[in-house]
Amino acid sequence: MHGRPRRPAKPEDEKAASAKAAKLRDLQAQVLQNHHSRTYTKEAIGLSFKLLEINPEAYTAWNYRKLAFQHNIKELSDPEAIRSAVDDELRVVEVALRQNPKSYGAWYHRKWLLNQKLAPVDSKREFGLLNKLLKVDARNFHGWNYRRFLARFMGVPDEEELKYTMDKISDNFSNYSAWHNRSILLSNLLIQQSKGFESKQKIFSEEFELVTQALFTDPSDQSGWFYHLWLLAQTSSPDNPQLIASWPCDGAKLSSSFVKENVEQNTLSSIWCHSLKEKTVPIVLYFNEPVKGLNQSSVKLKSDLDFGKDVHWRALSVTDSGYSNCWTTYLQITNECSSSQQYSVEVSIPSSDGIVSRSGSNYNCPVHFTFTIELISDDAQGIDLFDKPVAWNCSESLESHGNCKAIPFDPLKITSALVEDSNWHFERLTEEIDLFRELPDDKCKFVNLTLARLLLACAAIKSRGRSPIERKKYCEEALAHFSDLIHLDPSHKQYYEDERSLVLMDKLTCDMETFMKHCSVQVQNSVPLNHVQLCRLSLTCVGFVERLMWVQVLDLSHNSLRSIEGLEALQQLVSLNISNNHISNFTALEPLTKIMFLKVLDLSFNEIGAHSIDTTRYICSSPFSHKIEACEAFEECQKKNINVEEYWDAILFFKSLKLAQLDIKGNAVASKENFRTLIMTLIPSLKSINGECVN
Amino acid sequence: MAGKAELAADQHVRYIVTVEKKKDSFESLVMEHIRLNGAYWGLTTLDLLHKLHAVDAAEVVDWIMSCYHPESGGFGGNVGHDPHVLYTLSAVQVLCLFDRLDVLDVDKVADYVAGLQNEDGSFSGDIWGEVDTRFSYIALCTLSLLHRLHKIDVQKAVDFVVSCKNLDGGFGAMPGGESHAGQIFCCVGALAITGSLHHIDRDLLGWWLCERQCKDGGLNGRPEKLADVCYSWWVLSSLIMIDRVHWIDKEKLTKFILNCQDKENGGISDRPDNAVDIYHTYFGVAGLSLMEYPGVKPMDPAYALPLDVVNRIFLRK
Repeated sequence: MHGRPRRPAKPEDEKAASAKAAKLRDLQAQVLQNHHSRTYTKEAIGLSFKLLEINPEAYTAWNYRKLAFQHNIKELSDPEAIRSAVDDELRVVEVALRQNPKSYGAWYHRKWLLNQKLAPVDSKREFGLLNKLLKVDARNFHGWNYRRFLARFMGVPDEEELKYTMDKISDNFSNYSAWHNRSILLSNLLIQQSKGFESKQKIFSEEFELVTQALFTDPSDQSGWFYHLWLLAQTSSPDNPQLIASWPCDGAKLSSSFVKENVEQNTLSSIWCHSLKEKTVPIVLYFNEPVKGLNQSSVKLKSDLDFGKDVHWRALSVTDSGYSNCWTTYLQITNECSSSQQYSVEVSIPSSDGIVSRSGSNYNCPVHFTFTIELISDDAQGIDLFDKPVAWNCSESLESHGNCKAIPFDPLKITSALVEDSNWHFERLTEEIDLFRELPDDKCKFVNLTLARLLLACAAIKSRGRSPIERKKYCEEALAHFSDLIHLDPSHKQYYEDERSLVLMDKLTCDMETFMKHCSVQVQNSVPLNHVQLCRLSLTCVGFVERLMWVQVLDLSHNSLRSIEGLEALQQLVSLNISNNHISNFTALEPLTKIMFLKVLDLSFNEIGAHSIDTTRYICSSPFSHKIEACEAFEECQKKNINVEEYWDAILFFKSLKLAQLDIKGNAVASKENFRTLIMTLIPSLKSINGECVN
Repeated sequence: MAGKAELAADQHVRYIVTVEKKKDSFESLVMEHIRLNGAYWGLTTLDLLHKLHAVDAAEVVDWIMSCYHPESGGFGGNVGHDPHVLYTLSAVQVLCLFDRLDVLDVDKVADYVAGLQNEDGSFSGDIWGEVDTRFSYIALCTLSLLHRLHKIDVQKAVDFVVSCKNLDGGFGAMPGGESHAGQIFCCVGALAITGSLHHIDRDLLGWWLCERQCKDGGLNGRPEKLADVCYSWWVLSSLIMIDRVHWIDKEKLTKFILNCQDKENGGISDRPDNAVDIYHTYFGVAGLSLMEYPGVKPMDPAYALPLDVVNRIFLRK
C-alpha cells in the first residue's frame, strides 16, 4: 500500500468496504470461471472489463481478454470490424491506466495489441495518450518505456526524440527520465555518426553548456549532476587502451642469487627474484583499463632463454572476466646452466586488433622493453628465506634506500612516442574547473565533489605527459575537497574516505622524492628484499598498484583497509602485513590467492568472523555464483568434522595458499572451535602460526 | 522522542500470522492474484525472526502445490490463476525455506522456466511474451536454486542483462529503460548468480545507489523521489553484492525503517505513519537483516532467502 495513511477504520467505512469487497470477490470468481470454461461471449468479456477497471493488476483477466480477442477476431474479415475490435481493447487499456498508470498488465496489453499488427496504428492517439500521462507524471517509467517502444515501432528518428527530451528538460530541469533518454539517444546518434553528430567534441561541448545551465539553476538537484558525471567520464577516458607499467621494467636485471658483499655494501645492481629459484620468470603487464586478448601473437617475446613454446597469458583479476588491467605469464626456464650466465628477454607489444578494451577500442601504442636474467647455479640456491619467523616492526625507522637502481621507479620506459589527442580533453576539463570555482555556494556537496573529480581527471591526463609535480598539485587540491566533503555530507563519509585513499596513494607514489620515504631494502635471512611501508595513513582501500609491482615486502598495517583488491598485481610479493585493519571476511582476501609466492601473511587484529553479512560473497568465486563447485577440500574438512556451511570461505581461501608463516590472532574467527585444525589441514607448508612454531 | 526505537518483532509475527486469515478484505482481494508472492514475503519474514514454526509447514506446502499447473510446470499467483515466472520463483523460494523441494517435479518446473528464454537471451514472464529484466533474474534464480542452470543459455541470458545497462551504471527493465533500484537489484542479482559481476562498474553504480539515501535516512528508488521502506531491500542488497554498502549511513536507515513500524498492531509501512502491509513488512525486516540488526537472521543478498537456507542448498551434498 503506497502512500496510504495509517488510521483505524470507521464503522461506516467498513460497511462500504465490505460491500465493495463482495462485489470484487464475485467479479473475480466469475472472470476466472469464464476463463476456465473458455466462455468468450460479449457479456463474459464485459465482466473482465469491469474487473480490470477496479483492479488493473489482475493479470489472469488480461490473459483471458487476449484469448477472447484471438478467438473472436478469427470470425471477422471486415477491416472496419477488426479495427473496431482493436479499438475496444485499446480503450480498456486506457480505462485501466486511468485507475493505475503504472499497471504492468495494462501497458503490456497495449504493446501486445500493436504487435499483432491487425489494424493501422493511430500515431496521434498513441503519442497523445503518452503526452497526457507524462504531463501528469513526467517520471512515469512505464510511459517512457512505451514511448521508446512506440518511436521504434513507428520509425521515429532519434533526432526527433532528442528534441522531445529537450522540451521535457526545458519544462523542468529536474526530469531525470528525460536526461536519461537523452544520454541513450545521443550515444546512438554518435555511434551511428548521424548527420550533425559526427564530432563528439562539438556535441559534448554543447551538452556541457546545457547541463551547466541546469546546475547553476538548482545546484542541489541530482538529475543534472548524474548527466554531468557521464559527460565527464566520456571526456576523461582515453580513446585507446595503453600499457602503463610492467614487471620487470625496461633495463631491469633479475638474479636468482647475489653476492653477499654487495648486499652488505649496498651495491647490488640486480634484483633478487624469488621465483627464479624454481626456474620461473614472471612477466606482469599493467594497462590503464581492462583489456582482453593477450596471447603469444599479440605479445611478442624474444630471448636466448629456453622456455618452451607455450606461453600462456593469464588475466590477473578477482573477477575472472576475460578482461583485466593486469596480465601475467610465468615463463618456465628449461635451460641447463652450470655456471653463471646472463640472458636477455625482449618484450614487444605492437599495435594490434587482438588486444581490445571493453568499449572495443584497439591497442595502438606500440611498446618495447628488455630485461636480463642472471642464472646462477651455486649453493646460494639452497637458501630458505623463512627458516626463522619474520618479525614486523612498524616503529623501526627506515633507512633511506641506498640502492635506487634496484627499484624500478619509472616502471615503464615507453620507447615509442605517445601520441595523445588529449588537448581537447584537458582544455574542456580546465574550463569546467574554472566554471565551478565561480559557483558562489562553496558548501554545496555536488560542487565540491565535481571539482574533485575534474581535478583527478586532469591529473590522469597529466600523468600521460609525465609531469608528477603538476599531478601532485591536482591531488592535493582534490584531497582538500574530499576532507570538506566528509564534513559536508557525513552520510557518505566512507565513499569520500575510499576516494581519499586512492588520491593519497597517488600522491605518495607519484614522485620519487615522496615515494622514497616509504621504501627501503630489508635484509631478511641475508636476502635483500624491496620493502614498502604504508602504515597509519587511514587507507581504506588500495590503488595505483601498478607502481608497486616490484615490491617484495609490503607493510599496510594500522590502516582502515576494508578491501585489498588490486594487490593481486604484486606478483613479487613474498611477505604482507595487513594487521590492524578492517578486513571482515576471508572472501575479501581472495586477491592473495593469486599471488604465487606469498609466504608470510599477517592478518592479526582484523574483523574476520565478526560480521554476519559478507559483502564480498558475490565478488569472490564461490558455489553460489557457480564460478566454482564444491571441491575436494570441502570433503577433506568434512572428514575432520569441520562444518563446511560455516567455513566454506576459510576453506576456499586457505587451500590456495602456500604460506610458511601466518598470524591471525585478534580476529573473531581465530577463537572458534576447529579453526586451527582447518588451517593445519589446508596449509601443510605452514611453519609458524600466531608467532608459535608448528611442530 | 519516545526512547530508542526497537524492532517490534513479536507484533510483526502476530501481524503476519493474522493477515493470512483476513482473506476477505478489499485489500486482500485486490492482492488475491499475487497471494503466492505474499506467502513468500510473510514466511521469509517469519524465518528471519526465527518464527517459521508459527505456521503449519504441511498446510503451506499443500496450498503452494494447489497453485501448480502440472501441464505447464509453472505456478499461478493463487489457485485458479494462470502460471507465470513471478509466482514460480516464490513457490520455489517458499519450498526452499521449508526444505521441501522434494515435492516438486524439479525438471518439469525447470523446463517451464527454461522454455521461456527468447532468442536474444531475454526471458518472457509467461506464454504471452512480456519481456523484462525482472524475468531474467527470476529465471536465473529459480534455475540456480533447482540446480538446473544448464537447461538455458546462461551466456546469452547474461548478455541480455548487460544490454540493459545504462550510462549511469544502473539497469532498466529493457534496453534503453531508465535505471530503477528494483530493476538494478534484478540485474545485479542475475549477474551475481551467474558469476558475472565484472560487467558492472561498481564505483559508478555504487555512487548512484548510495545517493538513493534521502535526508530522512530512508532510500528512494530513483533520483528526486521520496524514500520508501521497500528500497531498503532493493538498494541495500545491490550495494552488498557489489561491496559498496559502507557508502550509506546505516544508522539513519535503521532509524527510518524502525519509524515505519506500527508498534501496536505490527507491520511496517512504506513511510512513517502510513498503512502497513506484508510487502513493506518483509522489505523492512529484510533491510534490517542486511544491516546485521540483532536478533534477525542474516539474508543472502542475491537469492533473497535466509543465508542458512542458501548455504544448505549449495554447500550440503
